[in-house]
Amino acid sequence: MKLSRAEYKEIVKCTEHLRPTRQCMTILRQRFPNHSQSTLLSIFSLEYQKRTKRTMSWHHAPECIESYYQRYLSEAKARPSVPVLLELANEVDLSPALMARVIVDRFLQDQEGGVSSKQVLNNMLREPSLIPDQALANHVYQCTINDCCYGPLVDCIKHAIGQEAEVLLRDKLKERNLSFLDENQLRTKGYDKTPDIILEVPIAVEGHIVHWIESKASFGDDHSHRTYLNEQFWSYWNRCCRWRDPATCSLLGLLSLGLKVPYRNVNKVLSKRTTFCEHFALHRPLEILRHPNP
Amino acid sequence: MAALLESLLQKEVEAIKAVEWLKHDGDSDSVAWCKPLKIERKEFVPFLLNFLREQSCSALTHGPATPAKTPSHPRVSQPSQQGPGFSSERRGGCRSTRPGTGPRSASRVQLFSSTPSLSPGAEWDTTHPPSGSHCLGGISALSSPSSTSRHTPSERRSAQRASLGDFMLSPPELQHHSLNLGVQQQPRGRRKSAGMGGQGRQGGGRGVFQIEEVGPGRSEGGGRKGRGGAAVSPPMAQMTTLVQLNLTNLEDFPPMGMSHASPPLHTKPSRRINPTPVSAERPHSRPKTCFTSTPFSTRPSSPPPVPEAVTGGITGALNVGSPSLSLQEERELLKRVKCKRAQQVCSPLPTSFDPCTPTKSGLRLGSGSKMTPDTQGSCPDPSKVTLTSELDLLADIYCTCISENLVPNVFLELFFVLQLLTSRTPAVTEEEDKDLSMGKLDVLERSYLSKVHNCVYFSVRVLENQFELVSHLDKDTLRLLAENERVTCFSPSLRNRLTLAQDPSTAKVSPSVDTFIHSVPFQPATDNRSNFSSDKAFHTFKKQRDIFYEVLREWEDFHKEPRWEFETALGSRVRGMVSQLNSAGNHSHFARLFLKQLVQMCKGPRALGSPGDTPDADLLGMLGADSLGRLKRLEERLIQPQGILGPCPPPAFPGHQEFFRDFLKTASCCQLNQHLKDSLCQQLLQLDEVSILAPVVSSTEGEGDMEQQDEKQRFSSVLLLARLLAKFLGYISFLPYQTSERPSREIQESTAALRSKSMSVLDVCAVLRSCVRRRRTILTVPWLVEYLSMLDFTGPFLLCYRTVLGLLLSLYRRMVLSREGEVCYLNQLLMVAVLGWLFQIPVIPEELFFSTDFTVDVELEESETNIQGLDCLPLVDRQLLYTCCPFLGEFRKLLAAFVAGSSARGGGLIRKITPTSAELRGTPTTTRSQQKLQVDLEQAFFHNQPPSLRRTVEFVAERVGSNCVKHMKVTLVCELVRGGERLLREGLISPGANPLILNDSICAQLCDGGQEALERATRFCSEKGPEAIRVLLPDETSPAVLTTSENITKRLATEKACSWLSSNITALVKREWKTKFDRVIKSLPSPEASGVQGSGSGLGAKAGASAVTQEQSRTPKRDMGEEEAVTSCPPDCPHSAPLPSDVLVEIKEVLSIAVGPRSEKEVLTYLQLNALLGKVGDTLSCKKFSFPMPEQMLIRCTVLLACKLVSGELPMVSPQEECGRTVSPGRTVSPGPVLSDSPVQRVDCSIKALLEQLILLWGRDCCSSAPLHLLFTKMTLRAVLMASDSQWDNFLFLVRQLVERGILGEEEVVSHWRKLSQLPWPTEFIEKIQQQSSSTTSLPLPELQNHMDMLQVSQQPVEGAN
Repeated sequence: MKLSRAEYKEIVKCTEHLRPTRQCMTILRQRFPNHSQSTLLSIFSLEYQKRTKRTMSWHHAPECIESYYQRYLSEAKARPSVPVLLELANEVDLSPALMARVIVDRFLQDQEGGVSSKQVLNNMLREPSLIPDQALANHVYQCTINDCCYGPLVDCIKHAIGQEAEVLLRDKLKERNLSFLDENQLRTKGYDKTPDIILEVPIAVEGHIVHWIESKASFGDDHSHRTYLNEQFWSYWNRCCRWRDPATCSLLGLLSLGLKVPYRNVNKVLSKRTTFCEHFALHRPLEILRHPNP
Repeated sequence: MAALLESLLQKEVEAIKAVEWLKHDGDSDSVAWCKPLKIERKEFVPFLLNFLREQSCSALTHGPATPAKTPSHPRVSQPSQQGPGFSSERRGGCRSTRPGTGPRSASRVQLFSSTPSLSPGAEWDTTHPPSGSHCLGGISALSSPSSTSRHTPSERRSAQRASLGDFMLSPPELQHHSLNLGVQQQPRGRRKSAGMGGQGRQGGGRGVFQIEEVGPGRSEGGGRKGRGGAAVSPPMAQMTTLVQLNLTNLEDFPPMGMSHASPPLHTKPSRRINPTPVSAERPHSRPKTCFTSTPFSTRPSSPPPVPEAVTGGITGALNVGSPSLSLQEERELLKRVKCKRAQQVCSPLPTSFDPCTPTKSGLRLGSGSKMTPDTQGSCPDPSKVTLTSELDLLADIYCTCISENLVPNVFLELFFVLQLLTSRTPAVTEEEDKDLSMGKLDVLERSYLSKVHNCVYFSVRVLENQFELVSHLDKDTLRLLAENERVTCFSPSLRNRLTLAQDPSTAKVSPSVDTFIHSVPFQPATDNRSNFSSDKAFHTFKKQRDIFYEVLREWEDFHKEPRWEFETALGSRVRGMVSQLNSAGNHSHFARLFLKQLVQMCKGPRALGSPGDTPDADLLGMLGADSLGRLKRLEERLIQPQGILGPCPPPAFPGHQEFFRDFLKTASCCQLNQHLKDSLCQQLLQLDEVSILAPVVSSTEGEGDMEQQDEKQRFSSVLLLARLLAKFLGYISFLPYQTSERPSREIQESTAALRSKSMSVLDVCAVLRSCVRRRRTILTVPWLVEYLSMLDFTGPFLLCYRTVLGLLLSLYRRMVLSREGEVCYLNQLLMVAVLGWLFQIPVIPEELFFSTDFTVDVELEESETNIQGLDCLPLVDRQLLYTCCPFLGEFRKLLAAFVAGSSARGGGLIRKITPTSAELRGTPTTTRSQQKLQVDLEQAFFHNQPPSLRRTVEFVAERVGSNCVKHMKVTLVCELVRGGERLLREGLISPGANPLILNDSICAQLCDGGQEALERATRFCSEKGPEAIRVLLPDETSPAVLTTSENITKRLATEKACSWLSSNITALVKREWKTKFDRVIKSLPSPEASGVQGSGSGLGAKAGASAVTQEQSRTPKRDMGEEEAVTSCPPDCPHSAPLPSDVLVEIKEVLSIAVGPRSEKEVLTYLQLNALLGKVGDTLSCKKFSFPMPEQMLIRCTVLLACKLVSGELPMVSPQEECGRTVSPGRTVSPGPVLSDSPVQRVDCSIKALLEQLILLWGRDCCSSAPLHLLFTKMTLRAVLMASDSQWDNFLFLVRQLVERGILGEEEVVSHWRKLSQLPWPTEFIEKIQQQSSSTTSLPLPELQNHMDMLQVSQQPVEGAN
């Protein structure tokens, strides 16, 4: 499903002041009832990640961490029954899961006197009951479970979505009798970096030739397009498509993102061609295969 | 220059800075320090190279000299300001202070001046030291400060050194000094060239070093030294002349073998710093020191009379003392030598001349007869290395020069380094040693490389630094290097790396089958009557064809006979035929025939072998085509003397090429040449455009795929053909201008002006630019180099060639090997090698390399970035590299010569020779002669058939062979690996199994099984080959031809497939098996190991096994491969269950409501939760979308949900309320489980029902790994205990149910209770927990229920108290 850029911008604008919590998601859902929760969540999540990237270093400054920790300690003492950590996170606009991480890390420093291993820290965030301090454990639990952008549970959900999308993609291709090699097959053939799917027989989609498909189960905004392009697609281009005559392989298919980019003018396309597609509704990206022309 | 090196050695300037400076010339920041020194990189590099050459000259006594480098500055000769008479007296003195005449001359003068009476000049010099230094005044001021005011005995030296350093900085100064020589210079210069005439390069002063000259040069040097040291007695006048002659000669003779050559009088070798010899007397032309290490000569096989003659000539010249006379004589000599050489060049491998055994070869050049045993080289010892830090520094700087391509030829430097490694130097006594290294205060005059220890140390350091380059040499060289005792001694780590580097070498490229029929077949399309203007022309052409082949055969038979000359034997016949050509106008036909024959005979690596193999071909042919190459190599090793030619041989026409060259020369028919040029040009440009596909991304390291090899072979065949054609095109194009001697400057200029008006046959600039733009340099540059190597002396001065050389130079500079570019390493290496070679051949002016005239980098940069050219493809392999650059084999020869030499002393080195007669597996056992006959028969068959038949057969055979290999990979290898996996899994089940041992045994089994591939391949090819042939050949083909073609196809395809398989199948099976093995081992959970351990450590097997199962049940990462997961979907599963991610999102929502914060309105109903749990169940049972991580998370979430349920934290409404609330429309409202009175009780009932549902869920197989321990965490229990009694009740209910259904072990529960009871609780909680703890253990399960009831009763008061 495609989303107009105007609509997309509106959603982005709306997320600007939201916190990554269940309540905020509800607000978003009420504001845009026409879009599925997964789309909204994905956009929100991407936007929030960008925001976090901007502010992360600030939050992670030692004096900042110290002040959060001290505030947490005093608040937790004063109002034991209140979700103080979550409130603190929302107040300073840091993802609750990340806030929990910061605080537990700091807490462990006090406990063990040294720097705790990442492994221990991750385990505690995954299973707060491992945290020696009961109150802190509860607060951390509240943070990680309420966060809709970060945290172990969210990571797992994202992971699941990615894998499910690949299965669905394969199903769709089989449905259309398109012969393809998937990542595992390619890997056994010795490709070191592979896209999810290489079509054995290229197809034409809306006038563009598509050789391979990479499934990205996240919303395809400008930023992620650019990043994926830089980090992945060029290396596919170099490594996978090299054996093809460049002339015939002049197009990259960024299918799952719903955006087909002729590789020569990627930038132009990114700026002008505003086809966005809903991603979380996993079936949508494949709409683009509607008119295969094998 | 000198100042910089000096300050480096004195550590005034940091080495790092210098290295930085070398890397980035012109960078403002990093090189600010060198500004005051006023040095330029292009001047420093040759200075450094010369310095090293000079330093090591006494140590290098073998192999061809590695000549020094010279930057040549065009110098304008100005009229002498001081008059002609001026110099005659002061010459000696001034010369000694004037480095411009060349370092060696300076050193000689110094040598002689030690005896005051030697020459007037010297006398003048020693008697008037102040004026001597005054003479230097201006220079000294520029030089390093340390030298200006020094009045030590070494003043003159330091002054000289200073002037050396400044020489290049101050051309006016230089001119001034050079003018001191006045009149005398001209004749001297001329005489010099005459003196060098013996080396075959006249006028140009291309100091071609030749081995013949070593003898005289050396003995002369020795004599001189003797006189210098002990004042022996030749007449003074003669001495003076001698000085002059030395000056000239030694500039051209690299001073190798100096110390060796003076055996009778062991004087201290004259150690002078002789930087950059620059000729002052030839204003524009090349400097004297030869860039070319060994243009024509260094052929140890040259007959002995020649050197004698030269010696005589030189002595004569010495004695005469008159420049003009000696000039005359030397010209004569030159002619004789040239004549000789012409003969030698015709037969490049006159092995018969030289019966020298390899054992001697290492010493041969050191004039072995004179050599006393103790001069054979002392054993290098790392502990005796002196001046280590300086050597390190020199090595660092030197390496930078090499790796930044600042040197004109990287391989020449490598050769020099290897020479240092294998150097032999007379044993130096302790005192001398000390004197040599420390005695001199002047840093530049210390003997850094005079001792073998230092040489080897330096060399090993450079080799270590340049390891990557070295590691790309051939296997033999690497082996020889690794086995070199000096390397072992000085750097064991380098040796290890070398040993390792041998392994991945050379993917085998099967040798091409020799052509047995040499003539070009008649081709109706071009050769029948209709292609000729008249019957007469047609018949004449047939006759011409016959004559051509007759001439060719005769040449083959006789050209190696002594005194056979092409011109005399065949000249008249050739010319007769050519004149017929002219009358019949058949030039184009003949040109085609000529070229086809040329290509047929000379294309491919064979042509580079010795031409003399034809007589032996039959003999060797008896042994079969595939063994031929190996036998030939063996033969080469046995009979070919290890003549070391040095890494820069002059362009040559080896093998049959010689015939074609001589034919053209003798025919000297301009029409024919024009036709040839046209068609060569056309063919070349066609080849240049040929498209080469990228090899398919190779499966993995090492052996390339067959297809990859095919593309590579195609490329190499195109490249070799293009090189051949280009060489002949160059030859024909420049033939009219070829002169045996370099024309004088004036003639050159006028010729250049004249020739610049006409178009060149090939637009080399355009070709080069286009190839750079399209990234096809790897194809174009090698053939362009061949073309340019044929240039005449004037050629390089024409604008187009000047430009193209400049472009090539900047290409070379950019081609820095260590820099990871997109161009593959071996591709780069090939280009660096051929370009380096080109820069060293005589006709290319030396000033080219160090001049900065060409600033064309910009042009080269503008290539399109997106083009995937050939440069980025891994097309070049070692074989091609060595075929194109046979001179790279010189490294091996040098090292082998060293081994031979050292083994003679050290008791011999036993070389294991693998017998070549070992049968290849799978080859049929027909005798060799039959095989050979078969091959010949096949060739004959094809000869009579249309060419398309051959093409078809070869193509089909090739494809079928390739397909066969692929088929084997997919079928046999896969079957084997699958079988192996089965064996492995079976083996692992048995207790005490060691996976590694299993792996080895299975792998061995599989490899044996792999041998079946050959049989299967034969079957496959016999089946598929004929099928394809039948389809592809025309229907009208006669049955006999068809059958024959089928059989040939079968044979070829089988051969191809089997040869690949027999050499690769084991590796392939091993690789595939390794992948499978790793996967299997990875898929096994770590408990596997612990289980093995458990049983191994003496526990009962059963206990171990149970431990395993228990562990497994608790580890999330169980053996749940994707395939398995998918297959375990229940039958008829519609895969319509909700997606795990959706369910996860939903359950997360519920959990976060439970954890809070939440609003009042946010409550959950039984139905909602019921539906959610239903979904979870569905999702878990359908495995289609199930992946381990989400699945585990989902199960985990159910446990967390249970915790929240029992603790009552989940806000639930009773069914009634629920009915009152809006129920989402799609949901069917089923009645609540139990309808009780109070809402609280109703909620309680629904919770119980939900818990039941959860218990059922966990009871399933898929949930056996549920992290139920989460129920017993402090957090949960605390929440439960803090809540009301009913919650506690629910909790106990849950635990009881779990235990009852065997989902939780009793012991497990007890241990949980125990752990919990140890935590700090309020007293009442502790009681509760302890009760649980004790009751569970003491009571059998059925009674648990009662006790719990009791407990609940007893809890009441406590509750009330709360």
